[in-house]
Formats: sequence, structure tokens, C-alpha cells
Amino acid sequence: MSGYRLENGGRIDRSRPVEFSFDGNPYQGFAGDTLASALLANGISLFGRSFKYHRPRGIMAAGSEEPNALISVDRGAGRFTPNLRATGVEIHAGLNAFSQNRWPSLKRDFGAINDRLGMFFPAGFYNKTFMWPRSFWEKLYEPAIRKMAGLGDAPTQEDPDIYASTYAHCDLLIVGAGPAGIDAALEAMGSNKRIILIDEQDELGGGALADPALWPWLERSRKALIDAPNVTILTRTTAFGYYHDNFIGAVQRLTDHMPNNSDSPREKLWRVRAGEVVLAQGAIERPLVFDGNDTPGVMLSSAAKVFANRFGVAVGTSVALMTAHDSGWHDVFALVKAGVGIKAVIDVRTELSSALLDEASRLGINVYLNHSVTGVNGRHRVTSIQICNNDDFVGARIDCDTLLMAGGWTPSVHLWSHSKGSLAWRDDIGAYVPDQPNENARCVGACSGGWDFGSGMIVDVLPTPKDQSRIKAFVDFQNDVTAKDIKLAVREGFRSIEHIKRYTTNGMATDQGKTSNLNGLQIASTALAKPVTDIGLTSFRPPYTPQTFGALAAHAKGALFQPTRTTNIDGWAAENGAVFELVAQWRRARYFPKMGEDMHAAVNRECVAVRSSVGIFDASTLGKIEVVGPDAAEFLNRMYTNPWKALEPGRCRYGLLLKEDGFITDDGVSARLAPDRFHLTTTTGGAARVLNMMEDYLQTEWPDLDVWLTSTTEQYAVIALQGPNARKLLEPLVEGIDLSADAFPHMAIREGTICGIPTRLFRVSFTGELGFEINVPTAYGRAVWEHLMAEGAKFDITPYGTEAMHVLRAEKGFIIVGQDTDGTITPFDAGLDWAAGKKKPDFVGKRSMARPDIVAPGRKQLVGLLTDDPNVVLEEGAQIVADPRQPIPMTMIGHVTSSYWSETLGRSIAFALVAGGHEMMGGMLYIPMPGKTHEAKVSGMVFYDAEGARLHV
Amino acid sequence: MILIHCPYCDEKRPEIEFANAGQAHVARPLDPSSQSDEEWEAYLFIRANPRGRHHERWRHVHGCGRFFNAVRDTVTDKFETTYKAGEPRR
Repeated sequence: MSGYRLENGGRIDRSRPVEFSFDGNPYQGFAGDTLASALLANGISLFGRSFKYHRPRGIMAAGSEEPNALISVDRGAGRFTPNLRATGVEIHAGLNAFSQNRWPSLKRDFGAINDRLGMFFPAGFYNKTFMWPRSFWEKLYEPAIRKMAGLGDAPTQEDPDIYASTYAHCDLLIVGAGPAGIDAALEAMGSNKRIILIDEQDELGGGALADPALWPWLERSRKALIDAPNVTILTRTTAFGYYHDNFIGAVQRLTDHMPNNSDSPREKLWRVRAGEVVLAQGAIERPLVFDGNDTPGVMLSSAAKVFANRFGVAVGTSVALMTAHDSGWHDVFALVKAGVGIKAVIDVRTELSSALLDEASRLGINVYLNHSVTGVNGRHRVTSIQICNNDDFVGARIDCDTLLMAGGWTPSVHLWSHSKGSLAWRDDIGAYVPDQPNENARCVGACSGGWDFGSGMIVDVLPTPKDQSRIKAFVDFQNDVTAKDIKLAVREGFRSIEHIKRYTTNGMATDQGKTSNLNGLQIASTALAKPVTDIGLTSFRPPYTPQTFGALAAHAKGALFQPTRTTNIDGWAAENGAVFELVAQWRRARYFPKMGEDMHAAVNRECVAVRSSVGIFDASTLGKIEVVGPDAAEFLNRMYTNPWKALEPGRCRYGLLLKEDGFITDDGVSARLAPDRFHLTTTTGGAARVLNMMEDYLQTEWPDLDVWLTSTTEQYAVIALQGPNARKLLEPLVEGIDLSADAFPHMAIREGTICGIPTRLFRVSFTGELGFEINVPTAYGRAVWEHLMAEGAKFDITPYGTEAMHVLRAEKGFIIVGQDTDGTITPFDAGLDWAAGKKKPDFVGKRSMARPDIVAPGRKQLVGLLTDDPNVVLEEGAQIVADPRQPIPMTMIGHVTSSYWSETLGRSIAFALVAGGHEMMGGMLYIPMPGKTHEAKVSGMVFYDAEGARLHV
Repeated sequence: MILIHCPYCDEKRPEIEFANAGQAHVARPLDPSSQSDEEWEAYLFIRANPRGRHHERWRHVHGCGRFFNAVRDTVTDKFETTYKAGEPRR
């Protein structure tokens, strides 16, 4: 005995049958059916297994509050969606749906043993039981529990679907297109307001879809709204979150209801900024709490009405109602009208309106007042129910295949609560209703606590003669929380609903307690003998219903996750076999392997080429800031540690930038072009940070300085030409600049042209060789590069990447801020105290260099390391100890920051930050690694050409 | 997403255009070298953490680029007012 399709009625299209499958079996429904209504019509009542006890579960609701019937839909490779509510899945040809959390099959599920052992699984069971031994949790207990207690399987393949996203603005956003939402839209329609009307279902109407008397009105209203040019209607769209300043997130489902996967977006994320928000989210019917209330065939009374009137489905052949609210009676009268057989109405109340009783009597319905359901028989489907008189517990058995519950109504205040609108408790409906708004918003209709379907009595658990500790009366159906669990939490000392919720997990499932929160609150209130308002209310948080990651990410994935910045020369590097790495958001050539070379071989070759002839390097990513104005030198003097005022135009200086706390934050070589104009360079990753910091000081500390800062990073392509033959290669190509050593010394800048292109030519070196950095307008970068490559062939010019650059600078003892420093390193720690102007009265960070902690001994200082075995290249990040024979755990005194093989020196070199390192010159340190402890001698950091003879040529 | 009024652009713009820059009205001492260790510590590290009204600096970093001051309620996350740098504390 079970559900079936009624002869007439419903909004389904009986002329359009639809074939679909569930758990591999073929079924037929009609266009307009949900998976829930179609399966009910096919006599299916078992939809899934519960989370913890693996109890058989059926359909409880008809809308997005459904806690039980979670199913998975498989649309092909990578298109597997778990945990969808069967009540929200529209059927279409080829729909392939599966039940969840069962093995080997839905009807025979081994996990159901949990239900027999239920007395051993009270609230807090996992926390209490699997504590010992601790090491078993991660490897044994948790995986086993996760396998048993679960929802659907997470998809394992990459999602091939595409997702769209958009911003929208409107004067009025209405969430919910039931009668109240439609009325609000009709009312505002005549104004010139831009209106967006959102509803999660496939058609407008909400509760009116289950009320045929309203259909003519609904059709007129729908037409009027569609015709109104200022109204945008979004169906199949869930407003999932309400954020600050009337910002609402909504996801529109575009293709899941269609038979074939299409190339158009599957879902669309709407980010709506609204002038006013009207919430018409309706109300959700509350289940009643009694033993066996989760048996398939027990469902909300309003749901039975929806299935009959909207989908033409009788949920059973003989239906009983357990009610505490007038609405249940009205539902039953509607079911009789639709042709559903009603067996009995049981009302927990003793008195109620004679109109209801008269109508029941007219329809020949058996009525039991002051009675409660105390038991449900049947495992995979209700076969009969046990009822008792509330006073004397005299009982009776009623044979039926369906039991409806009507426990009253809970206004859906979810989005209202997201917006931080306050709530007020109403004793008469036993629920919180919207009170004071926090945004320009209001609630209309049932979600404001106003409805016309009568009144009821608030009961926490139905009276029963049974031992309360031995019954399974469910409160949270999705997380398998019973009334007993909540009482246990109270006995164990939990007082706040926030704690009770977390201990029992009541309301913490994917439905966020849509049907369980208020019942849980009532039970806790009774157990604590305190009014509900003293226990509190848990917060609703987005999303209202679960949303896909795909929709939230929309286009921001893969290459579009964040932009990749490329230089003008990047294309040449790609065509010439460069291996790239990402530095900040820049794509940089790491090395240029020739046929058969690995990274090691390529880097060795590139380094030797620079030292012996000439190398060419794309340095365009260096941060560049143009500092202009009469006070430019004064400004830089205050920002950088070094003195800038005396720097002559045409000369460069290494600049060290500290934060106010005295720690190194950036460095770079900068040039004075004119008395009032500087060309600054920063590290590749530090450009934006440095400009922000400089703007901060300029705007807020020294607004009197007349200086302008402009980011010019992307205005120049920078080509570094480094090596003993650099001048010879460059000389014939440059006009207007005398390249001779006397006219153009190291650390100078000249302006002229190269290959006819205007250039700022720096004579600088990050390699220790004679070197130039050629700045040309970005668009000419590749052309100049290619010209240099062609002309440089006679010197066997070699392009090198960031890896060789790192080795070359390390051989010369040049640090990389952020690699050899970590935000706690002072100029003194880094051995750069020569760059800190001691005669300057002030610069950013100067005062901090005299703080007690900064001058205290034992700070980590940057030193060179030479391994005892020259062939050992230490791991960057490896920890350093002073004595390898000390007991474990050893005292670590530092770590390796940079480490390379130097082909030029024929040995490895490294930098390390070591506590008190400057005092240890010549001493031995130890680097314990798996299998071997390496020995290394502390040295200075300049490993090559310490006197700088190769630079000044 | 909060809307923040930039006092320079005189427009309310989405918060993603802005960057927080810490507590407002913490002036850098004119002569840091004359500061005692305690005074310098207070300037560098000691910040208010109020429940309620909080004076903060923000930068319209993806707009006009200007730093300005704001009064924000740390409980409700609502901006009470914003004003230009250099104007008196509100």
C-alpha cells in the first residue's frame, strides 16, 4: 500500500510522459514532476538511509526543507551532484538519480545494524568513545566512521561545466514568489522602480501552486508581471545569502532540468545590490516529535496537500493525520477533495473550532481529540499506528499506510537573520518572527508570522506512556538527533542552545535545521524549565540551501583564477624553450634548457656564459616607481635608510627600505635623473606594497612634501646585459651615450637611444660582472631583445633565467629580500648596516634600530656557509644546530636561506640565518638531514671577486 | 559586501575597492630619536581594540588612491562616517 497518481488534478502535463531512472530502475513521470512526486506516484516510499542509524527514510516535505530524501544525480563524467533534495529535482528524460548512504542496496543496508545498537550511540558518543588511544583517531576511527556515517559521495573528477556570474542592481528585490511576494511585486509594478522577483521553484506561485482556487489569480498575476518592463523574474533561483548593505547572493539553475548537458552555463551567480529588500520566504511546517516519526510514510501534512494538488499524487491509500494545528485539518479537507482516502484525524488538543469538527463530520472522518500517536508500525513503510488518550493512555491501533504531521509553522527568517535583523519570540505560534530591521528590508506574508490557516498548540514531545529513554522520537531527521539526545545534553550540563546544538548536532546538517530548530528549542526549554527566550536561538548563516562551488567560483578558475602578468619579452622566451616559474603574479623564464639539458646543466651553462662572455636577462618585472617633485630627494631621504640628497643626477644608489619597526621590507637600485626626478626600482613582488607604503607616508605623515609617485613598472621593458663583453656588444647600438668606463661608471644612469629607441640605460650589476640594464618603452622590449640576440651571436650571447640570476647574485653575496630575510631582519642582521645612514637624524625604521630587542645579542644574522664536502648542496630551509651530538630534540639556531651549486667556484655555496652568526666566522655548524648530518663552515657572504675588480672595468 | 563612502570621490563604493590601513589618528612622532623606548613601543605596537566605535584608516586603493579616516562599529560592521585625512577626529 502506498502512493499513486490521482486520476485528475495537479499542474503536471499528463500528455508529456518522462522516462527517468532511480537506483538503476526505470520509472515514468510527467513533465512538471519533481523526482519526489514522480517516485511517490510510482509507489516508492523508501528514498534513503539516515545519517547515523541508517534508518529507512522517505519523503517528509515537499520543498527545500526536505531533510530525508537526499539523492545524487549523475549527468556523466565529472557531472555527479550529491545531496540534492528529491523534492527540488525536476525530472527530465534521462535523469539518472541514486539513493545515498546505503550498502549494498537501499533495501538491504548493512549499516542498519547501527539502528539496533542505537542505545550505544547517544549524543557526544564519538567524542566520548574514540578518545583512546589518541593515535587511532586519524588512521582507524575517523575513516571508518566517515564511511558509515555519510551523505553522498563527493565527486572525484574535474567539473567540465561552465558557470556564469553577474552583478545586478535594482530598487526593489523580492525574495519568494508566493502570494505575498507576488502581491508585493504587483503593488510596486506601477512605479518606475526596477524590480527583481526571485523564487527557488520552477514557476511562480509558492504555496498558491497547491491551491487550485488561486490558480486563475496566479495566472493573471504572472502575465502582468511578465509584461511589466520594470520587473525581472528569476525562477529556479535561490537567494542563498543576505550580506551588508542590501547585497544578496543568488544562484540561478539554468540547465539541470534539461535532458542534455549543454554548452551554455549550468548555473549563474547573481550578486544583487538592492535599494529595498522584501522577504516573502514563507513558513515551514514543523514535524511532531513522537516514537517512529521518521518511518517512511510519515510526512508533513502540508506536503501531502502539495503532492495532491500540485502534482496529482496521492501520498497513500489510507491516510491518518496527527495534528496540533488547525492547518492540518484544512490540509486533510483538501486531500479529501482531491480524492485521497482519509482514515482518521488525531488532534493532541481537547478543544478546537466547531467549524473544523463539523466539516470533518460532514466528510465522515474519524476524529480523536486529546489523543497522540505513540508508535508507528512498519519498517520500510507505515503499516499502522498506535494512538493513546493523553489522560488515561487508553490506546487503539489504526491501520493506515501514511501518517501526516501538523505541528504548526515556523516563519522562514533565514535571510532576515543573515541581514542581522532582530527577532521577537511569539508564544502563540511558538516561533521567532522578524522584529527590527538592520537593513532597508521588510518581511511580508507567512515569514512575518502572519497567516490565515488557523492556530495551534505548541508541544515539544507528544505525550506517551512509553519509557522516554527507549523511544526514537526524531527532532533533526538529517543528523539523526532525537528528543532523548537533547535531554541528555541538558542533563550533562549544557545550558545555551548554541552548546546543545553543537553537542547533539541538532540543526547542523545541510538543511540547517529548517524543520528541527524550533522543536529542539522547545525540548531544551522544557528540560531546563526555562522560557525559550532564555535559551537563545542559533544563528542562521548563508547559504539558505547548499550551493555548488562551481557557481560560487564562476569564471574565477584555471587561468582566470588570477591574472598572469607577462612581459613584452615573454613570447620570445616561450618560443625559445624557456621553463617558466611564477614570481608574485609574473610569469618569468627560470632557465633556457638546450637539447638534453636538465635544469642543473642549463643553469651551470648560463652562469658560466655570463662570467666568461655575456648573458641577457629579462628584468622587466622589477617594480618601478617614478618619484617627481621639488621635495623628491627629501622624501626618499626620509623613506630609505641611505642618504639621497647628495646623490648627483646621473648616478644610482642601492636603496634599503625598512618598515617603521626597523625590519627590511624591500631594496633596489634607484637613479637620480634630474634634481627633482628619480627612477626607483623595487623587488618584483614588492612593487605594489612599496608604492602603498610610500603613498601612506606621503599622504598622511608628510603631506607638506611636494612629491608625486607614479607606478611605472609596466611602462618599461628591462633587459639586463651582463658579462665582460656587455660593453662591446652594446656600444655600436647606442647613440647619445658615451659607454666608456670613465664617462659611464658603475652605478650611473644615462639617457639616449638604443637601436633608435629612447632608453634609460643603467650601468648596474646584480651578477658582479660589467653590466647594463636597458630600459625601453615596453612595446619595444622584444624588438630590442631580438636585436641584441642577433648582434650578440658573435659573443655567443646566452639568455639566462631567474635560476642563474639567483646563483650569480649569491656568488656575489647579494641578498634577495623575502628569501634571505623574513620580516624580522634588520640591516645589521643582514650585514647591510653600511647602507643605513648613521648621520641622518631620521628615516623610516631608524628609531627602531635602537630598540632594546634589536640591539640585544643572539639575534639571527645572515652569514655565508661553505659545506665541508664541496659537492653537498644544502636544502634551503634546512635547520642548523651548533652541536650534532646533543640529545633530540636539538636546539635549532638557524636555517639555510639560499643554497646553490656554483659552477664558477666548483663548489656549493649557501646563506643562512644563524643566531649570533656574525660572531661565528670560521666556526663549524651542523645541518642534520635524513641519513646524514652535514658540516659547514661559517663564512662571509661574498664568495666571488670580493674586491669588485670585474665590476669596475 | 559593505559600501564605503570615499570622502575624496564623494561616492559610496563596494568594499573590494578599499584596503584597511589600521587604526587612525596614530601620528608618527615628529622627532622619533627623542622618544623613550616606552614611548616608541606605544607608537609602534599598542593599538586600541574597542568593542563598538573604532577609528580606522582606509585607502581607496582601487579608486582615487587616497587614505582617509573612518568610524566603524566593530560589532555591527557599520560605517558611521568617513572623513578626509587631516580632519579632526570625529
